[in-house]
Amino acid sequence: MSFSSSCPSQRPALALSRAPRVEPLAARTASCGEKVRQQGLAELYAAMAWRRTLVLLCGSACLLASLLLDVATGPALLPVRDVARSIFGTAQDASVDAIVWSIRLQTALVALVVGAALGLSGAMMQTILNNPLASSYTLGVSAGAGFGAALVIVLGVSLPVPEAYAIPLMAFLFACLACAGVYGIGATRDSSPEMLLLAGIALLFLFQALLALLQFVASPEALQQIVFWLFGSLQKASWGKFWIIAAVLVACMPVLAADAWRLTALKLGDERARGLGVDVRRLRLRSFFLISALTGVAVAFVGTIGFVGLVAPHIARMLVGEDQRSFLPASALYGALLLSVASIASKTALPGAIVPIGIVTSLVGVPFFIWLIMRNRRAFW
Amino acid sequence: MRLTVNDLSVRYGATAVICGLDLVAEPGEVLAVIGPNGSGKSSLVKAVAGLLPHGGTIAYDGRRERPRSIGYMPQDIGVRTALTVLEAVLLGRFGKLGLRVGASDLAAAEAVLVELDLVALASRYLGELSGGQRQLVFLAQALASEPTLLLLDEPISALDIRHQLEVMETMLRVTRERDLTTLVVLHDLNIAARFADSVVAMRGGRAVCHGRPERVIEPAMVAKVFDVQAGMSIGADGRRIVTPLKAL
Repeated sequence: MSFSSSCPSQRPALALSRAPRVEPLAARTASCGEKVRQQGLAELYAAMAWRRTLVLLCGSACLLASLLLDVATGPALLPVRDVARSIFGTAQDASVDAIVWSIRLQTALVALVVGAALGLSGAMMQTILNNPLASSYTLGVSAGAGFGAALVIVLGVSLPVPEAYAIPLMAFLFACLACAGVYGIGATRDSSPEMLLLAGIALLFLFQALLALLQFVASPEALQQIVFWLFGSLQKASWGKFWIIAAVLVACMPVLAADAWRLTALKLGDERARGLGVDVRRLRLRSFFLISALTGVAVAFVGTIGFVGLVAPHIARMLVGEDQRSFLPASALYGALLLSVASIASKTALPGAIVPIGIVTSLVGVPFFIWLIMRNRRAFW
Repeated sequence: MRLTVNDLSVRYGATAVICGLDLVAEPGEVLAVIGPNGSGKSSLVKAVAGLLPHGGTIAYDGRRERPRSIGYMPQDIGVRTALTVLEAVLLGRFGKLGLRVGASDLAAAEAVLVELDLVALASRYLGELSGGQRQLVFLAQALASEPTLLLLDEPISALDIRHQLEVMETMLRVTRERDLTTLVVLHDLNIAARFADSVVAMRGGRAVCHGRPERVIEPAMVAKVFDVQAGMSIGADGRRIVTPLKAL
């Protein structure tokens, strides 16, 4: 039996893609099958693994470059070499050190961890709902966070926390509430991806309506504050916020590592995954917990940045496929890279002004995304 | 593994899809399940796979708990995903896989891919394959789990005649070689007659006939189970062939 690929695959890195064109059956089996058999599946697997590692390494290198550039750009343009020296502790200029360490590095690092958290949560969302449109933005989680923030701004709900953390805390709580709502409504039937998606879209509209209601009754000052919060901004970044988001990211890793094969199995559909021995309900519930923590903590501190959670998983999928062992780290990595680049753009687009990052992310991201999906002929999701 | 099903009943809400079904399948043998659409064939396979709540008892070598060594291949639902064939087959080893895939898992996947001659497709994405190719991949996945009970729900429905024959021959061979108990849902009566050791004909959630293929697959049964008038003839290879003639 032989199903040799009669049209050459587009992936040049693998020897297997050089399958022969249609030949007599016996020749086909002998030439193609034998060639691959000689090469061995272990070598093929190693080549695939190496290719993915390379994608992650390249992404990391770009991320480092982007981080340096992000720190270097601002009202006073710093030489990248000085920035690198300051970050690695060999600075010669105290003023550069001061700018880097007290202002810019924390903002740049918050951009990275927020991008990573949004990319990762979007990737998990798309995997557990088996839908390329899913992200914390399209399923109402960000809208929930926005409503929570607006609630504090308009009603001045007093919380037993410092003022700088009151809005993030409420935003976080409402993001988690929205997540719980999506899961809760979905679970009343069968927790199927379709039910969860419909529940998410319903909640998106609900929270948008509630947010509009708050804006309608808000004073002009409060309205301005809400609108600015919704734009998304990195300007309130601090080391404290960076460590909180980074801690949540790190805490998710062991769970994701343990669940990587389960999530991969879920890509084959619920029934196949269950047939393989995956407890699909518990996996979804656990993933929703992680998603709500990741999205909640990310949007709480910087506002609703929608696009990253949708587009980073798509980039990752095109580069490494959907084996979650590489798909999830790649989504986090490219989410971080996207937001870091957007952060640079937000500081350089208009001279003398910093455009809110949420606006830049979509303005830069949408054309890139459309280009990406148009040029990718192998897309079938 | 000896599979014993006693008084099995399955309900979806208020609708009973299987009621009072008894069944025995022996190691080293292929049991074919035939019947019209909606007769409960897939539900039977799902219940045996431990995926449906049910009444009655299902015993695997006399024990009630679901063993890990079940290779289950559901009907094709057009999985369109960016997973390679190799990864899909490796998933058959779920439970044994670590974050780093071990040499033994790769060797097991390779053996199955070679067996089904899928090696040339190993690095292709599932979403790029035809329905028939995907069916072979999922058969490979079921075999890669090194099962003792193999459950195949319409494994050849999307295959051309050559691959139908080859899949059935492979299924029969591994069933004999590895002493598997194989339950296979089929629509083609003549394929069932040729490759199964015993056949269950289902209608309305009940087993209408159960026995040797030559006893079950004959015109009277076809009329009773499928409401189809059928004729019987002798084929070029001397085997009996049932030909559906007209709907009753």
